[in-house]
Amino acid sequence: MRIRVERDAFADAVAWASRILPQKAALPVLSGLRIDAGGDAGPGVRLSGFDYEVSAQASLDVTVAEGGSVLVPGRLLAEITRSLPPSPIDLATDGTRVVVSCGSSRFTLPTLPLEEYPTLPDMPAVSGTVGTDAFAAAVAAVAVAAGRDDALPVLTGIRVEIDGEQMTLAATDRYRLAVRTLRWQPEEPSMQATALVPARTLAEAAKSLTSGAQLSLALSMGGTGEGLIGLAGGDRSTTSRLLDGEFPKYRSLLPETSTATASVDSGALTDAVRRVALVASRTSPIRLSFSAEGIELEAGGLDDAAATESLPAEFEGEALSIAFNPTYLLDGLGSLDSDAATLSFTGPTKPAVLTGKSNGDGGSDHKYLLMPVRLAS
Amino acid sequence: MSRRQLERGARPADLPGDDSGCTILHADMDAFYASVELRRNPDLKGKPVVVGHPGGRAVVLAATYEARAFGVHSAMPMAQAMRRCAGLVVVPPDHSAYGEASREVMAVFRDVTPEVEPLALDEAFIDVSGAIRRLGSPREIATQIRDRIAAEQRLPCSIGVASTKFVAKLASSHAKPDGLLVVPKESVLAFLHPLPIGALWGVGDKTEELLGRIGMRTIGDIAATPLSTLVHTVGKAAGTHLHALANGQDPRRVVPDEPDRSIGAEETFARDIADREGILRELLRLSERCAERLRASGQVGRTVAIKVRFSDFRTINRSRTLAQHTDVARMIYETAGQLYDALHIDGSPLRLVGVRVEGLARSAEMPEQLTLAGDAEEWRAAEQAVDRVSERFGHGVVRPATLVKRPPSE
Repeated sequence: MRIRVERDAFADAVAWASRILPQKAALPVLSGLRIDAGGDAGPGVRLSGFDYEVSAQASLDVTVAEGGSVLVPGRLLAEITRSLPPSPIDLATDGTRVVVSCGSSRFTLPTLPLEEYPTLPDMPAVSGTVGTDAFAAAVAAVAVAAGRDDALPVLTGIRVEIDGEQMTLAATDRYRLAVRTLRWQPEEPSMQATALVPARTLAEAAKSLTSGAQLSLALSMGGTGEGLIGLAGGDRSTTSRLLDGEFPKYRSLLPETSTATASVDSGALTDAVRRVALVASRTSPIRLSFSAEGIELEAGGLDDAAATESLPAEFEGEALSIAFNPTYLLDGLGSLDSDAATLSFTGPTKPAVLTGKSNGDGGSDHKYLLMPVRLAS
Repeated sequence: MSRRQLERGARPADLPGDDSGCTILHADMDAFYASVELRRNPDLKGKPVVVGHPGGRAVVLAATYEARAFGVHSAMPMAQAMRRCAGLVVVPPDHSAYGEASREVMAVFRDVTPEVEPLALDEAFIDVSGAIRRLGSPREIATQIRDRIAAEQRLPCSIGVASTKFVAKLASSHAKPDGLLVVPKESVLAFLHPLPIGALWGVGDKTEELLGRIGMRTIGDIAATPLSTLVHTVGKAAGTHLHALANGQDPRRVVPDEPDRSIGAEETFARDIADREGILRELLRLSERCAERLRASGQVGRTVAIKVRFSDFRTINRSRTLAQHTDVARMIYETAGQLYDALHIDGSPLRLVGVRVEGLARSAEMPEQLTLAGDAEEWRAAEQAVDRVSERFGHGVVRPATLVKRPPSE
C-alpha cells in the first residue's frame, strides 16, 4: 500500500475513527485502526475502528499509488498525525511495518495481524434522514438525563421511538426524565420502531457527524441477530449495538394537569441557581419558593453558609415551596433551547415539568421532568 | 498485655454476685498472632509455637500456651526461647494477616454496639449498656461475642466483665486462656485485694519498689493505707490514682473510636453454600438486617459492601457507592446481589457472606431525592410497616417470601 494524503483531512479522519478505540483493548487487534486503500474501499482510502460494541468508519478522497490494507496502532497514529506539520503525508507499507513520512519527519509503525481483525458489522439499510443540527441538539438535550450507573444498563440508554415522521427521544436516571420529539424523514412513511441506544455513544456520534446537512439513520432490529443502529453523515458512518432490556414506561409519568405554572427567563434562572448553589454541599438541595411575587431561591450549607436571591417570574396557581438537586435543575434548564422557561407543578413532592417556549416550527417539543428533594424534617 | 498481669494466682472460681451494672467488657484475643497462624495451619495445633523472626536478636511476638508451658513468653529474645524449648516451632510474622483478622474481630464487637474502644490490634473495651435490652445481660453478651468469634473467626478470645475499665481488664487476664470472668460489683474488692500491686494500672518496677519499701505487697495493702502516706511515697498524682484504683474506683469511660462508621451483618454457614440462589437468599436476609438497624438508629448509608469467604478462608470484599443514601433493604440487596454476580463465583462453596453499609449519615439531616417511579419510597414504606409489626409481635413475623422456610414436603 502506498498513498499520499492531505494532512488536515487525514488527521481529522484518523482522530474520528480511532476515538472509539479502547485505551486497553481486551484483544490487541482491537487497538488497531484499519486502513484500506483502493479495491473495496472505492477510489480513496477508508479508515475503520471497532470494539465489538461500536464501529466507526471514515472515507477520504485521496490518490492511491498502490492499493492494499493494513492494521496499525490507532491511538498512536492519531497522536502522530495530530502533531505533524502541514505538509502532505505519505503512508507506505514496508514488510510488516508502515512508514509515515511528512516533510522531514519519518515514523515507522508496527502493524497488527489483519487476518485476526474482526469483520465490521454491515451498516443496516437506511431507515430515513434527519437534520444534522436538530438531531445533535435533541440528543444532547436528552442525554443529560441518562443514567451513568452501569449497574442499571437500561437507564444508560436513550430510547428512540419512531412513529412515522415523528421521532421521540427519551432518557431517565430515575430522578429526572427528558423527552424530546422532532420531525424526520423516514423512507417508509408509516414506519414504527423503537430502539435503546447507549446514550454516550449516541451523543458523541450526533455531535461529531456534522459534515453534512442531513444524517442518515439506520435501524436494524435484527429478528435473530442483535439490534444495531447506524448513523451516516458525509464521509463518515458509525454503528452501535443496541441495549437490551425494558425501558421504563415513561409516558404515564408525564403529569396531565398542573396546579401552578411559572414563566421565567431561563438564562436569569440558570445564573441565580448557579450562584445560590455555591453554598450548597454536594448532596444538599436548593429551595425555590414560587408566588405571585416571583421566585425566591435559597440554599444552606452544612457549615452555616447560606444564600438567597429573588427573581421576577410570571406565576399562576397555588404558591409553593419546592427543593431540587441544583445540578439536576441546571441540566434541565440547559437542555431547553429557548430563552423562556416554563415550570409546572402539582405539589412539592411531585415531579416538576420544565418546558421551553414552543419554537414555532411545530416539530420540536421538549419536556424535562424533575423529581424534587424531600427536605429533611 | 504485660507479663506483670499474668503473675497471678490460680484461676478464680465464680465470684459471688450478679452481673447487673457490669456494663464494661474487656475483650482480649489469646496469643493473637499465634492463634491466627494456627488457624491458617491447623497442623500446628497442640505444638509449642511462637511468632517472630527466627534467630538473630529478634524477640518472640506471640507464644501459644503450649510454648508458655516451657517458660517462653512475648518479648523474650528468640534465642533464649529456642533454648528453653527444644521443639519450638517458629513462624515468621505476617502483619497484614493480623491486621485483617483484627478488623474482623473489631467488626464483631461493633456489631454488638458502636461503643467500642480498641486498645491494640487484639484488645478492646466495649460498653454494652446500650445493647442489654436487645441482646441480654452483660454475661450473655460476652458469651455471644466469644461464641461468634470462635465460630466465625476460629480464634480464641477471653473477656472480662466488670463495672469499670480497670477491673474488666484485670478480669480478662484472669479469664485466659479462652475464658470469661464476670466481676460483680459487690465482689470487686474481694477480687482486687489479694492481687499483687504490680497488677495495678500505672504501677511499674519503680513504683513497685517504692511501695515495697513501705511493706506493701498486695492491692489490699494499698487500699488499707491512708492516702497521705501514699502521696508521701509516690507523689500526689500517682498516690491519688492508686488509692482510687485499689478501692475499685475508675471513672474512665469507654471512648468509641469510629474512624469509619458502618453497619453490617454477616453469616457463617453451618454448611458451605455454593448455589447462587442460596447465596442471594442470605444476602437478602443480611440486607434486611442492615436496613432494619439503619432505620432503628436513624441513619442512612451510601456505600454497600459485600464480603465473601471461601472454604479455604480466602476472603473477597467488594463495594459500590450508590447515587443516593438509603436505609431500604431492597436497595441494599439489589446492590449486594450485583456485587456478588460481578464476582462470577456461582458454584464456589462459601463459608461466609456479609453485607455492610458505609458512608453513614443521620437520616434526619439527609434530604431525600425522590424518584420518578417512587420505588424507593414504596419499599421504605413497606419496610417501615414491617418494623412496626416486628416491634409489636416480635422479629421475623413478616419476612420476604424467599426467606420463609417451607414446611418439609410430605
